[in-house]
Amino acid sequence: METRDVRGVPVEIQGAGSGPPLLYLHAEQYFEQVRPYLDALAKKWTVIAPRHPGYGAASKAADLRSVDDLAYLYLDLLDELKLDKVVLVGASLGGWIALEMCVRNRARLSKLVLVSSVGVKFSGREERDFADLFYMPDIEAFPMLFADPKRHAPNYAAMSAGELEEIARERQMLAHYGWRPYLHNPALKRWLHRVDLPTLVIWGAEDRFAKPSYGQSLAAALPKAELTLIPGSGHYPEIEQGEATIRAIDAFVHK
Amino acid sequence: MKVWHFSELAYPPAWEELGPQLRNVVPNRLCDPRIAADLYHRGLDEWALCDELGLNIMVNEHHATATCIDSVCTIPMAILARETKKARLLCLGMPIGNRFDAVRVAEEYSMLDVISRGRVEMGFVKGAPFEVTPANSNPADLMTRFWEAHDLILKAMTTHDGPFNWEGRYFQYRQVNVWPRPYQQPHPPVWLTVNSPESAEVGGERGYVIGSLNTGYVRTPGIYAAYRKGAASRGREATRDRFAYMAIVGVGSTKEEGYKRADQILDYSRTALRVGAQFAFPPGYQSAAATAQALKWPGYGAGVAMRTITLRNGRQVDPNAATVEEFIDAGICFAGTPDMVFEQMKAFHDHVGGFGHLLMMGQGGHITHEDTVDNLTMFSKEVLPRLGELG
Repeated sequence: METRDVRGVPVEIQGAGSGPPLLYLHAEQYFEQVRPYLDALAKKWTVIAPRHPGYGAASKAADLRSVDDLAYLYLDLLDELKLDKVVLVGASLGGWIALEMCVRNRARLSKLVLVSSVGVKFSGREERDFADLFYMPDIEAFPMLFADPKRHAPNYAAMSAGELEEIARERQMLAHYGWRPYLHNPALKRWLHRVDLPTLVIWGAEDRFAKPSYGQSLAAALPKAELTLIPGSGHYPEIEQGEATIRAIDAFVHK
Repeated sequence: MKVWHFSELAYPPAWEELGPQLRNVVPNRLCDPRIAADLYHRGLDEWALCDELGLNIMVNEHHATATCIDSVCTIPMAILARETKKARLLCLGMPIGNRFDAVRVAEEYSMLDVISRGRVEMGFVKGAPFEVTPANSNPADLMTRFWEAHDLILKAMTTHDGPFNWEGRYFQYRQVNVWPRPYQQPHPPVWLTVNSPESAEVGGERGYVIGSLNTGYVRTPGIYAAYRKGAASRGREATRDRFAYMAIVGVGSTKEEGYKRADQILDYSRTALRVGAQFAFPPGYQSAAATAQALKWPGYGAGVAMRTITLRNGRQVDPNAATVEEFIDAGICFAGTPDMVFEQMKAFHDHVGGFGHLLMMGQGGHITHEDTVDNLTMFSKEVLPRLGELG
């Protein structure tokens, strides 16, 4: 883990592995549970996994107020690292950031992988594409997020104070970037034609937070996208079906 | 000592039908508008009575709840500005971090101040955690938005030489020009609610009146001490009139009658926190450390309401099962005969180092109108005149 200054923003970056570059943008929560998956990815890729400002122990998000800001931040990061032909992987909130990057500038990117990405509004004004996590108690939210909540949902009782504070910060940052409009940019849909690079949309077949039908709408709205459903997974395939997720990425990239 | 009569204007008829939650998730088909009309008129009559009794008036607001049908605090303020002549009118208060039009707040408070001929006391509140859902106000940066709203409202009320520009982080206006300007100069007194030493210290630094609501024997001294520390850091004297304390008050001609009234009003304390844990801990509203503690609590995941009161010896008691004696012990309630109420108040007053305002919950829960009138009247005649003795 290093902290890198990206145009005045301190960014914690977990870099590991060797092989072609893969920029991994993490989801809104449960980063700790994704670490084993990142280690597995690093066997074939040079994984660059920044923590979004406000997440993690050190950084503050004060000046960065929206997913737009994060998109520019990571475009700056790619420029500073002078990386080309990067595979960009974004999970949930990270997928939204990836989409916002691609509509702006995809010059350094070769392929895009969206894992249960949020960010686009497809439904009508009286429907929601994403379940309201802050309206439900966890006992209702966890079965929406996880195919096997007993096994994969966080067990607060077994966590240290530090781990729980990390969860609390993740929740705060989820609100910081995604409270209103809830986890989407109303204008993003009209610019999706600009995401014209080979794209894999990965979706947990049992995602009840953002349903697979949303993944289908997203894949259909992107110029060069295909959809892969991962059985036995909810909204976080990397946590519940890490190996299957990596296999899907490998197959797509090497096609 | 100034005394302020406060009621949340609850809607008890729906309570029995509802389960563990009285807030946010309760559909308004459970609110019969004809019953609500009666409750509004009754509550307004009780507030108007305060004008004759030498008591002042406090209102507030909550949203999407059967515990308080005052959803717009400035509406009872407006009615009472016209119906009363002497009483001070405290709104504690306006949730300015949840209000997306801060200039409108300045206009409402200014207009109320003018109509009442300068009787408004202007509360700015963070708002309870469960209020962010009905307002859809982002809890992750609520307090920075709160303080920008505060700065803008006060500038709008105190700028008298034409429109000014405001292009801040949360609020943007090209031409701020509030008519009328407030009656009191430079602006009505500012109050804050506080619930922790941290927020009290900020209040002290700014010299505002702080309202500490039902914080009891154990927590209140630390809150007041933090205020004094904040005041001292800016060279201010923390006079008694900077401190307000809210308690449930039940007075009767016998101990039993006073206790019975208090017990009925205490249904407020038994229901106010009947709200799912997910609404009590919205993301970022509390510190990461406080949220971490809540996550650890076994009922959190099931959305069980978190409610306890703390007795003087530190013991935690479920308010649903707590007796009037225990609420008195906790410092949340003063009840009994006028003498008993005075003695309990005096003990609490001395324990916390003094306060200049009693925010008296003289109505709440299931107490009847007749008992409320008698409660307020007896307090004003037999307790209020003695409060000068507290110094």
